[in-house]
Amino acid sequence: MTAPTVPRDSSLQASSGGLKAELRRTQRRRKLEAVALVAPLFLFLAVFFLAPIAAMLFRSLDNSELPSAMPRTAEVLRAWDGAGLPPEPVFATFASELAAGQKARNLAGVAKRLTYELPNMRSALFATARALPEQPDGTWQKTLTGANAVWGEPATWAVMRRAAAPFTPLYLLAAVDREMDANGNIVSVAPDRAIYVDIFIRTFWIAIVVTVVCLFLGYPLAYKLASLPPRIANLLMILVLLPFWTSILVRTGAWVVLLQREGPINETLQTLGLITEPLQLVYNRVGVYVAMVHILLPFMILPLYSVMKGISPAYVRAATSLGATPFTAFRRVYLPQTVPGIGAGGLLVFILGVGYYITPALVGGAGDQMVSYFVAFFTNQTINWGMAAALGSVLLVATLVLYWIYAKLVGVDGMKMG
Amino acid sequence: MSLPPYASPLERAWHVTLWAIAVLVLGFLILPILVIVPLSFSSGSFLSFPLPGLSLRWYHELLGSERWLSSLRNSVIVAFASTILATVLGTLAALGLQRAKFPGSSLVLALLISPMVVPLVIVAVGVYFFYAPFGLTGSLVGLTLAHTALASPFVVITVSATLQGFDTNLSRAAASLGAGPTLAFFRITLPLILPGVVSGALFAFVTSFDEVVVALFLTGPQDRTLPRQMFDGIRENISPIIAAAATLLIVLSVALMTVMEALRRRSERLRGLR
Amino acid sequence: MSWKTNLFLGAALLGATVASAEARDLTVTSWGGNYQDAQREVYFAPFSKKTGTKVVDDSWNGGVGALRAKVEGGNADWDVVQVEAEELALGCEEGLFEQMDWSALGGKDKFIPAAVHECGVGAIVWTTLITYDGARLKEGPKSWADFWNTEKFPGKRGLRRGPKYTLEFALMADGVEPSQVYQTLGTDAGIDRAFKKLDQIKSSMVWWEAGAQPQQLLASGEVAMTSAYNARIAAANKSDNRDFRIVWPGGVYAVDSWVILRDSPNKEAGMDLIAFMSDPVNQKNLPPKVPYGVTNKEATALVDPAVLPIMPTEPGNLAAGLELNTDFWVANIERLTERFNAWVGQ
Repeated sequence: MTAPTVPRDSSLQASSGGLKAELRRTQRRRKLEAVALVAPLFLFLAVFFLAPIAAMLFRSLDNSELPSAMPRTAEVLRAWDGAGLPPEPVFATFASELAAGQKARNLAGVAKRLTYELPNMRSALFATARALPEQPDGTWQKTLTGANAVWGEPATWAVMRRAAAPFTPLYLLAAVDREMDANGNIVSVAPDRAIYVDIFIRTFWIAIVVTVVCLFLGYPLAYKLASLPPRIANLLMILVLLPFWTSILVRTGAWVVLLQREGPINETLQTLGLITEPLQLVYNRVGVYVAMVHILLPFMILPLYSVMKGISPAYVRAATSLGATPFTAFRRVYLPQTVPGIGAGGLLVFILGVGYYITPALVGGAGDQMVSYFVAFFTNQTINWGMAAALGSVLLVATLVLYWIYAKLVGVDGMKMG
Repeated sequence: MSLPPYASPLERAWHVTLWAIAVLVLGFLILPILVIVPLSFSSGSFLSFPLPGLSLRWYHELLGSERWLSSLRNSVIVAFASTILATVLGTLAALGLQRAKFPGSSLVLALLISPMVVPLVIVAVGVYFFYAPFGLTGSLVGLTLAHTALASPFVVITVSATLQGFDTNLSRAAASLGAGPTLAFFRITLPLILPGVVSGALFAFVTSFDEVVVALFLTGPQDRTLPRQMFDGIRENISPIIAAAATLLIVLSVALMTVMEALRRRSERLRGLR
Repeated sequence: MSWKTNLFLGAALLGATVASAEARDLTVTSWGGNYQDAQREVYFAPFSKKTGTKVVDDSWNGGVGALRAKVEGGNADWDVVQVEAEELALGCEEGLFEQMDWSALGGKDKFIPAAVHECGVGAIVWTTLITYDGARLKEGPKSWADFWNTEKFPGKRGLRRGPKYTLEFALMADGVEPSQVYQTLGTDAGIDRAFKKLDQIKSSMVWWEAGAQPQQLLASGEVAMTSAYNARIAAANKSDNRDFRIVWPGGVYAVDSWVILRDSPNKEAGMDLIAFMSDPVNQKNLPPKVPYGVTNKEATALVDPAVLPIMPTEPGNLAAGLELNTDFWVANIERLTERFNAWVGQ
């Protein structure tokens, strides 16, 4: 940003042309400066934020377990047409790489990958590897089948062939409760294993309930605050901002204490004689709703409040003076003007709510966990990273669609807080 | 706004109901804080009322515990480091976005803000996989980088908001008087947008200081942070020591909130909004 | 103007290199809560004092997957880990652990047979059993059938999240003799039977994951009864003045073992720590704090006789319980965990 230089040419004609060029140059320079200023953060996020997420998405297709531990077997399996049982060379290659893998102790990944499609493959693989002789007893097909009957079944080899492919749709299919049968058709999984569609529905349902409750609690409060004189409103606003600034863990922990069976709420209700037996308020859905509404409510109140502050009371007064009842005036005149605030607050609460993990994990029961819990579970507990990535991808896509709607309706810079 | 004397009974009822709802919602918002603070001063080891007596026992225990202190230390280190990084990067980006529109600038803005909306668990899993080969997991460095990414949108937003009220003629004037861009920035622009920068920095600090999900994935036994320590405590051993830690964090949030409010007022005054 | 940014990035990357090049302290991972507090007091701190090796401790909630993630992720931050029996077998088979140096431990015959493995040495004998708060329930449950009886004993129930133990308990509640439990679980019909029995109390369940949680649930009155680890309950009674009761019949006992994760940079220090913790003179100090059974034969004789009756290895307690069938769980843990997770999340 330097001063626009004063044109030296005295001729009017020439100076106007020179000015134009000068202006263009200045504008181009300003653009370049803008890019240079934005670039550091953009590059930082690209490397440390966007790339990790992109890599995670890619991991949901990752199928490298068998090819990396048994490269030659993978090669011959890919060349095989997949009908019936594979030819003897496939058995022989597999047997030699199985023996090598047993020595190098790198069969765990292959076992894990096969087990996702056939539950007993882990023990079959290790048992076979332990029992494998140096030389075949006749053919390798006969030897392997003799060591474990699974190697004589076409279904096993169909799974082996799928595990040898460079990528797999397995995890993304499983994230929507689908799998491939022996013939490669996509079918629904058995009902006792079909849980993820339910979990997505549960996740969205919890987020919807929390959003609606936040709206019904937040709207009257924001309305009241907006209509109060600024001095009092600012004072009461502290009560909204204090929880907003307080750690989520502090608030979640406080709710665990409050909602306990022998916690302050149950005790108070019992002292007042309203209940005789303590209510179950925590480690179930009630606890999740209460704590999540509490944590997300300020995100609803703040945008509503800032929209309502900008609405002149003159409109409602005009409507009432023209004969509208207060209710009609509210519904026809005031409410429509607050719709941007409702949209902003509602979408923000919903977007944040869909991704919740910590709060349901601490105050919810086993049946109240949301998608994020399972992403964490698969990452840390069972290290089924493909599954974690697949569930994460579906969740991310859902969130980004909502974010896109938000950006269209409100604009991303409308995301002001506090 | 009190009701005029000619208000109908219906209006009066509506007025009272509205007040009642507002008071109840405010009570709901403040309830956990009102309950957790006194419990931290309990002399007993149960989280229930009435308190058997008052004591500072749990504060002594909290501040005498190596685990809590080292987790506090780790949190402070990470929060300061990521605040500095996020504030510098975010302020530069906000200045750039204000300077001129360039092709794709709205998409870039959306990307810069996206860390706010991407579910934390996805960020956590992503960086967990991605940082591991570089030795960035189980270290405060990895956590700092992730927290910087999470905190930077707040700086971009708050600084951009301040810049909207910023009169660019001021820096043009400085430039025409012969100040170089750097001098003009430090002497003119920065003092005026400082409230925005500081409140962005405070948001960044809180974002990092509070963050637990990424910390659960990225921190090892030697670098657990305060929220992670709280998480384990709430799950496994919810004693008044948690209440004491919570109370100290509430005191911190009151302090931050006060600073923010003072900044907001100062900024409004400076920009002549009031 | 981005020189600042470059400087910061440079500093951050430099810090990363320094952090990864720097040697890590010996890290031992156990099961948290008051058990680990006792281990710290009896093992980790005295070991540090004696050898000058700094010991950092972490806790976990089990699962061979977590160990795989540590070892195969390439950035393991644990060295010595206390694992459950099937984790020992599975992890050893997969090459997740270093081989145990038995000569450093004084030979295999110094230990009870269940404590001897090529990849690990037994740490404790422990029992998972029914516990309840005597201050709240005057007349407590006596069996798993009582545990399932929510009419006679109203209130929530706590069990460890996962199929292991849970299925055994369900079958015992359904009237299967302890000696027949694993035979029944060996069939698909037996597993279906266990899940069907679990359906009966699913709505009353609070599932816990960390060993410190059941005491918490009992203390806050959140559950009327819960499964828990015997010694933690005894320790809670002592430290918090509780009257938690233990029901020995129907308990399932098992051996936990110490292992060293593969390629640990602190392999030697880790082996020293394990040897220290396997020494009878040190082992005998654990039961008075947390009454788990010890694994070194000589240690049993040295333990304060006052705590013997509340240890899993007391003959009467052993007879009342059921030994965990490691082979069954090695073969079935992953399949049944998947089924259990689907069932519990539904």
